[in-house]
Parts: sequence; structure tokens; C-alpha cells
Amino acid sequence: MPAVSKGDGMRGLAVFISDIRNCKSKEAEIKRINKELANIRSKFKGDKALDGYSKKKYVCKLLFIFLLGHDIDFGHMEAVNLLSSNKYTEKQIGYLFISVLVNSNSELIRLINNAIKNDLSSRNPTFMCLALHCIANVGSREMAEAFASEIPRILVAGDTMDSVKQSAALCLLRLYKTSPDLVLMGEWTSRVVHLLNDQHMGVVTAAISLITCLSQKNPDEFKTCVSLAVSRLSRIVSSASTDLQDYTYYFVPAPWLSCKLLRLLQCYPPPEDGAVKGRLVECLETILNKAQEPPKSKKVQHSNAKNAILFEAISLIIHYDSEPNLLVRACNQLGQFLQHRETNLRYLALESMCTLASSEFSHEAVKTHIETVINALKTERDVSVRQRAADLLYAMCDRSNAKQIVAEMLSYLETADYSIREEMVLKVAILAEKYAVDYSWYVDTILNLIRIAGDYVSEEVWYRVIQIVINRDDVQGYAAKTVFEALQAPACHENMVKVGGYILGEFGNLIAGDPRSSPLVQFNLLHSKFHLCSVPTRALLLSAYIKFINLFPETKATIQEVLRCDSQIRNSDVELQQRAVEYLKLSSIASTDVLATVLEEMPPFPERESSILAKLKKKKGPGAVSVTELDDGKREAGELNGGGDRGPDTASTPSPSADLLGIRSAAPVGAAQTNAVAVISHFHSYPFIPYLSCCLSASIPALFCGLSLHPCPVLWPPSSAPPSEDPAPPLSEADELLNKFVCKNNGVLFENQLLQIGIKSEYRQNLGRMYLFYGNKTSVQFASFTTTVSCPGELHKPVEPLVEGGAQIQQVLNIECITDFSDAPLLNIKFSRYGGALQNLTLKLPVTINKFFQPTEMSSSDFFQRWKQLSQPQQEAQKIFKANHSMDTEVLKAKLLGLGTALLDNIDPNPENYVCAGVIQTKSQQIGCLLRLEPNAQAQMYRLTLRCSKDTVSKRLCELLAQQF
Amino acid sequence: MQFMLLFSRQGKLRLQKWYVPLSDKERKKISRDLVQTILARKPKMCSFLEWRDLKIVYKRYASLYFCCAVEDQDNELITLEIIHRYVELLDKYFGSVCELDIIFNFEKAYFILDEFLLGGEAQETSKKNVLKAIEQADLLQEVHSVLLQFSAL
Repeated sequence: MPAVSKGDGMRGLAVFISDIRNCKSKEAEIKRINKELANIRSKFKGDKALDGYSKKKYVCKLLFIFLLGHDIDFGHMEAVNLLSSNKYTEKQIGYLFISVLVNSNSELIRLINNAIKNDLSSRNPTFMCLALHCIANVGSREMAEAFASEIPRILVAGDTMDSVKQSAALCLLRLYKTSPDLVLMGEWTSRVVHLLNDQHMGVVTAAISLITCLSQKNPDEFKTCVSLAVSRLSRIVSSASTDLQDYTYYFVPAPWLSCKLLRLLQCYPPPEDGAVKGRLVECLETILNKAQEPPKSKKVQHSNAKNAILFEAISLIIHYDSEPNLLVRACNQLGQFLQHRETNLRYLALESMCTLASSEFSHEAVKTHIETVINALKTERDVSVRQRAADLLYAMCDRSNAKQIVAEMLSYLETADYSIREEMVLKVAILAEKYAVDYSWYVDTILNLIRIAGDYVSEEVWYRVIQIVINRDDVQGYAAKTVFEALQAPACHENMVKVGGYILGEFGNLIAGDPRSSPLVQFNLLHSKFHLCSVPTRALLLSAYIKFINLFPETKATIQEVLRCDSQIRNSDVELQQRAVEYLKLSSIASTDVLATVLEEMPPFPERESSILAKLKKKKGPGAVSVTELDDGKREAGELNGGGDRGPDTASTPSPSADLLGIRSAAPVGAAQTNAVAVISHFHSYPFIPYLSCCLSASIPALFCGLSLHPCPVLWPPSSAPPSEDPAPPLSEADELLNKFVCKNNGVLFENQLLQIGIKSEYRQNLGRMYLFYGNKTSVQFASFTTTVSCPGELHKPVEPLVEGGAQIQQVLNIECITDFSDAPLLNIKFSRYGGALQNLTLKLPVTINKFFQPTEMSSSDFFQRWKQLSQPQQEAQKIFKANHSMDTEVLKAKLLGLGTALLDNIDPNPENYVCAGVIQTKSQQIGCLLRLEPNAQAQMYRLTLRCSKDTVSKRLCELLAQQF
Repeated sequence: MQFMLLFSRQGKLRLQKWYVPLSDKERKKISRDLVQTILARKPKMCSFLEWRDLKIVYKRYASLYFCCAVEDQDNELITLEIIHRYVELLDKYFGSVCELDIIFNFEKAYFILDEFLLGGEAQETSKKNVLKAIEQADLLQEVHSVLLQFSAL
């Protein structure tokens, strides 16, 4: 059927295309195009009215030029004119142009919509289909507004032609995807579901895509589709290959429809009705049986179509996760595919088996394929297949096979593709820790990891090995010995030096008895690496040296000499210089006792979830991450004390509230005289340097700077008779005031004729400090000025009451976020003016959950992977709302940055949209949050979507943010 | 399905169909990146790959690569057969189709695709039905030209 020569082929177009193809260079092509554009422009502008054919030809040329990758900025009007032509081909080209070159020019959209409306009501099925195709291709909101109510009618009307029904169903699906709020199924629901019973297979094929999408969003309303889908599936599965005529594809009956039916069923739990369930299980068994039958054709299309159904059935079996028999059969089937000659099947089998490995019913069955999978990791030629094999090994790992799997992964690492090394390293580290029976194996594994792939070993991995060594005294000697040996390699990775420095500084004494690793040998070994290392590592080594002085007094002279040399004591890096100076001083003036106390062995780390697991989760998408990233060192001393997770709490600090937001006044200055446990603050800028847990003793206070326990400035003793009235309920505008501070930290919180309250606040991790400034706007004194902060529903804890005298007083609140929260703490202020009535007002303190955000930078692929992993419906919160403020890009960006998350560029395919990521730090856990804001400037609307690892946080953030834009 | 691209071994785009709203700039970037990625792969490699957050399914027919981007939960094998069915449709319509047919009759390639896939989902998988729809359209075209000839008389 050489249709090419049929009808009115456009000769001019063919000539033009030939010309372009004959162009020898890019320049020549551009020249030819510009000439053509000038010609078309003059034709469109000319006085002579163009006939339909010419218009069609020129529009088609423009389309061709556009598809070559050039910009087209005219011709839209002519294309729209073609839409109202009564000649089919002209109309068709007009629609094609519109579909390809959508332009949100509102003037045109109205005209286009008009033309579409005419065609939809024309009763001419070919015209109707063209119009529906156009709506489905463009799918803009304007079109949804115009047609979302009309199309369901066309879809279910009894007299609609089948082909029109098919187009209508998918057209509606597209509109539902772009503007779900405009597509209301309501009364049509049941008739749409019954399309599953339609005589015409094409109608069912098209309708089921729509039904699947609607079921995902409104499972309850559409649940009658389950039994209909099962019976339809059952009919197809049991039909002979010839029954379905043209819907049979290479001897496989209706493969597309079968896959879609199986996919639809994955929106629901297993059917409750026994009969329906029985029928479905029968279908699944038949599908599994057919996989064992000899192929009806040698063509790859036959096996692909057949296996497409098989894989979809296996997905459903895994989704149900309730039929052990089917799960094991699925696993065996996938096992066969693991050795199939088709790369595609091996890839899919590895992928699918990964999900099977997590089911308790099939985990053991998956494990039997370990040798095949290891072999795949070694021999597959395609990196994407090897990646799947590595994923599967990780998924099937348990105590019984951990040593084998870790060893295989380690040996693979030596040659692994760069793109997957970091992930591999994390996986090895996690498995090694999770399944470590004896910790010497664990230490060996991690040191091997650093040796083989040092560059890919992230901070978290080496932090973790140190945490474990510190906490387990049975492995410390072994660790010291092994790391000492590893350091003897002529070239060793800097990460090895870090681990070595830390471990020898703590436990070098455990191997010092052996003359081959005597203190001086240890020191010289470490110091031989010093000059090759970066500043943070050198800083760590300096700390190790001072620890050596304590562990081995005989090294003191040598080390002091090192510290004293100009390259240390006058180092251009302030941090290094300061350490050298202070350590030198410390070692020369402190008595042995003081040294021993200051440089005591590190206390065990509190048990917590592995930080590498968190890292992997971050890479692969967050779950409920509850980790401290071990950068406590960055925290300020006062905050660390306040955290209460290390060392005794300062005596007069009230213990933090057990739950919710613990707000408390900081310890008074007097705490310094008690045995405050402090951290030497010059470690702050580098994570995970040994904290010197020390007692502050009068002899060396000058060494320690930044004991940052902030007292509340108590300006006056607490009023002896505080007003006894109950705190007033929060002001009606309290929420509004709170909302002003979601994206900023400083400003005026409240003002009336008497009083102005300003706020300055800063947050770090799960801690915050807020300065409140109370300004007296009158000329008379306020008496009995008290403020009380309380957390709604929880602990009420008075802050140091204040009494105000004159112009402005300041109050400091230390804040710690214990867990996520929705209600802001309340600030009640009471005071009386001289001679006036008692003032009693309550505000909400602008402490919102987003204040505890840590921005997280990530790549596009990471972002989407995490986004996908937060796909449980309750993890997502979405709001569509009218813009209340300017939609200016810069303003929006400033707000999103103020929110505390990282604003990520080049992530969203649509550059108009904003995408942010952050982790909320609370004391008990970390909550990963992803945000997407889609502005629609034309409609002055936004769509805001949040996905967080904790559903309450998604909701709360969504509420808060909807007020901000 | 999020989009479908047809491109030559030299990396020239021959057809592009986008089922998600993207800016022109973003489309160009995606096509460029993806074409590069796929052309760099060796012939015997797997037809599927993870790319950004999408699954890419592609297959080469003579000098043309057909490439679809589908979502995570979509079925790779059936997508591969979507590509094949589209090739069959083109082949039947043009009579052993070659790259030149698609270059010179790009509009037909789009029309056929619209009859087969709509909004990224299979609309009609029967080869007969799709071709019938296209033939009818061609017929309408001929009737018009015949009428045109009549009116010229």
C-alpha cells in the first residue's frame, strides 16, 4: 500500500526536504531554512488569500523545520485556521501542528478550543477522533477546563463509535493526569468500570489505562473493577490463540490487555471473595504453566509477549505476598531466566528477584541461586545487568551467606565500574556490619574496603568503623594491629590514615608491647603520612599525637619537637596552628594527672542506627532515617551538653522534656563552677576528632574557649508575686503571625501600642536558639513583666520570668527538637502598666518544624529515586492553591531557601518548577523531606507536593507552606 | 509512557513524541543526552536501562533506533513489543518502511502513532484496526481531491 503517492502528496514539501538533505554543511542548512522561512512569512503576510492547500503545505514545512530543532515563532494562526477547514487533510495537519507546537498563548487557545468544540459536536467520528487526539496531545489546563466535563459523556454514551470511545478514554486519562481536580468522575464511575466488559477489545485496552489510574487515586470508588478484571483476564488466559483474532500477537492472546489487567489488580489487595480469588489464582497458575510449554513460535516477539505477561503476573504475586506456593514457583521460573541466553530476560529476572528476596516466603528460594548471581556479577558484559546482580546479592544476603557475598562484592569492587562504586562500598559496609559475628572480620572487611576503593569510602563508612571499635573492647587490639599493618603499605589511602590516626591514638598502647610496633614506631609511621594529607586529616593526626603523649610519655620529647617546628606552630592554616600551639602548651604545663583526665579514652558511643545505612537510604531514598551523622563535633559545647546524650547533664539544667519540643532555659552561668563536661571547641570545624572529655580545672581554663552555655539574662529577680491570672488563649492572629516566620528567622513578631516583640533566631541541626526582644513603646514602666513558654499538650515549663523596666530587654530561649511536631509552643506575656490593667496576651512562638531542616544537595537521579521511594500515599501531601503573593522567581527562591531546604536546580524536567530537599533533624530521628512546587503563572495557582519519610511531617509542612506563596 | 524518540545512527532525531509537559529546552536536553547514551551502547547489550528516574526501553531497526521512556512500574517487555508493533504498522503502511519514508512522510508517521498510542498508552493494538483508521483518512483525502477535480471542471 504505497500511500505515499496517494492523494495530494505535497510536492513542495518533498522538494524542500530533499534540499535540506542535500545540504553539505550545517551553515548551508541554516541558510536554506532561513530562505524558506522568509518565503513562508511573505506568503502568510501577502495580500493574496492563500488557498487551503498552500496553507497546509507551508504549515507542514514549518513543522518540519521545527522538528529539525529550529525555533518557530509564527504560523500558529494559519494552523488554527486549518482546524476549521472542512477538508480532512488540512484539518489533520492543523491539529498536528498544534499538538507538536503547543503554545500557551491564551488568545490562540480560545480559538483552538472553539475548533475542537465544533469537531467534538460534529458527530463525524473521524473529526471527533482528531479533536480528542489533539486534547490528549496538548493536555493543557485550559483544555481540561473546557472539555473535562464533556469527554466522560462521550466516553459512556451508547451511540459513540468504538474508535471514538477509545480516544475519549485516553484523552480523559491525560486530562486527569494534568488536572485531577477538574476531572470529576462521580456519576460516570460505574459506567466507566463496566467498559471492562465491552465487546470491543480495543475499547477495553484503552479504558483500562484510565481505570487503573483512577483506581490508584480512588481505590474504594473503583473497587468493583477487581472482579470484572479477574473474569476478563480469565477469559483471555483460557482462550485459544486464534480466538481473539487480530488481538492475538504472535500466538499470544491480547498481551497488552493482559498486562494491563494484571497491573490494575496490583492497585488492590487480594480479592476477598473466595470465588474471585480462586479464579485469579487459577489464572496465575495457568500463566506460570504456559511458561513451561514449548514456544509456539521461534520469533522473539512471541517469547517477549508471553514473558511480559509472566513478569506482570509475578509482580502481582509479589504484590499479594500471601501465596507461598506461587511465590516459590515464581522464584523458580525467574531462576531459569537467570541463565537464559537473552540478556533482556536475565536483566529482568535479576530485577524481579530482588523484590522476591524480601518476602519471607521466597527468601530461602531466592538464596539457592546465589552461585548464578555471583557468576552474573563476574561475567555479564553489560554494566546495567551487573548492577542488577549486585542489587540482588545485597537483597539476598543474610547471616548464612554474608561472608561469601561480602567477599564476592569486595573482589568485584576492584574492577567495578566507577558509576556504581560508591553504592557498592556502602552496601559492603552495611552487610559487613549487619552480619558480623566476629568483629575482627568486620574490621578486616572495612580496611579492605578502604584499601580497594578508598576514594569511594565516604565519611560515614570510616566514622562507623571507629564507632564500632570504640564500643567493642574485644576488637580494639585487633583493630590497632591490623590498621598498623595496613599503614605500612607504601601508598595508602588518606581514609586509612584517618582511621589509623584515630585508632592508634586511642588504642596504640594495646600493641605497643611488640617492639615492631613500639610507640615511636607507631608515631613515625603515622607521621610519615602527615605531609601527604589534607588539612582535616592533619588536624586529626595532631590530636592523635597529643593522645600519644598521654599514652606513651616516652614519645613526649619527639612529639613536642614536631609540634614546635615552624611548619606546625606557624602553619598558615589557623586550625592546624592553633592545635599545634595549644597541644604544645598543654603537654608542657599540665601535670600527668591533668593530661590523663583531659586525654582520657573516648567513652562509648550511644547505640544508634548505622550512619552508613542512613547514607545508603539517602542515596536510595530515605526511610525513617534516625541517625546522627557523627558530626557532633560540629556542635557547640553548650548544645552538646544540652543534648544530654553524652556525659552528665549540667546540674541546674532542667532535664529535657521527654517528648515533643523541649524548650527550656539554659543553665545559669554558675554551671561553669560545677563539673561541667565540655568539649574543646577548637575541634569544632572538623567532624569526628577525638573529643577530649575533660574536667574543667582551674589550672588550664585559658585553653578552653567557647563554653557556650547561654544564660537567660535575668534582669531582675523573678517577680515575687507573679500575676496569678491564667494565660490568655492565643490571639486570633497568632497563626498568621507564625506564618510570617516560616521562611525567615528574624523580624518583628508582634506589635501593639504598648509592646513590640522582636525575634532573632538561629538553628543548627535539632537545636535552636531564639532571642526575644521586648520593647516597651510607652514612657512608663511595665511592672511584673513575666513571660511563660509552654508546649501545647505537653510539659509546661516556665522560662525564667522577666521583669521589665525600661526600653528593651532580651530573653534567650534554647530549643531542642525532640521529635516532629505540629503545634507551635506558646508564649504568654503578662505585665501591668503603672496604674493600668493587667495585660495578658499569648502568641505562638515561631518555631516550626522546618526550622530544623538541614539542606541536602543531591543529583537528579538521587532525587527521583528517593521521590519514588516515598510513594506510600500517606507519605505524600499535596495542595493546590491560589497564589497569595507575587509569583516572581526571585521572591519564590528566597522563600524556598528561607525554608531551610536545599533548592535544587536541573532536577525537575520543567524549569518553571521548584524542587527542594532537606532532612529535618530531631533528637530522636531524622526525617527526609522532598518538596516540589509547581507554579502556574497563568492561573495564578500553585501545586505543592511534599513527600517525607514521616506522614505527619508531610501534612504539617504542606499546611505551613501553602500559606507562604 | 513519558516519551518516544526515533533517531538515526548518526544521532538525528526523526520523530519525537512527548506525553508529559516539558519545556522545549528540556526536551532538547533529554533527547541529546539519551541519544548519546544509547548510541554509546554495544549491540548485544540489554534493551533496558535505568536513566534518571525512568526506565528506557530501546531497540534498533536497521538504521533507526526506537526508544521509549516508561515509568518504574511499567513493563519493559511489553514496551519492547509496543515498539515492534509500531514498526510493523509503519512497515505495512509504507510497504517495507525505511528511514527515508519516515523523513519524507513524517506527518504520516505521527498520524499512525496517534492511532496506536494516545497519551502514552496503547489505544488500539490490533494492526487491522489501526491501518483501517489511517486508510479511511487517506480515503477522505482522495475523495476531496476527486471533488476538487470535479469542481475544477
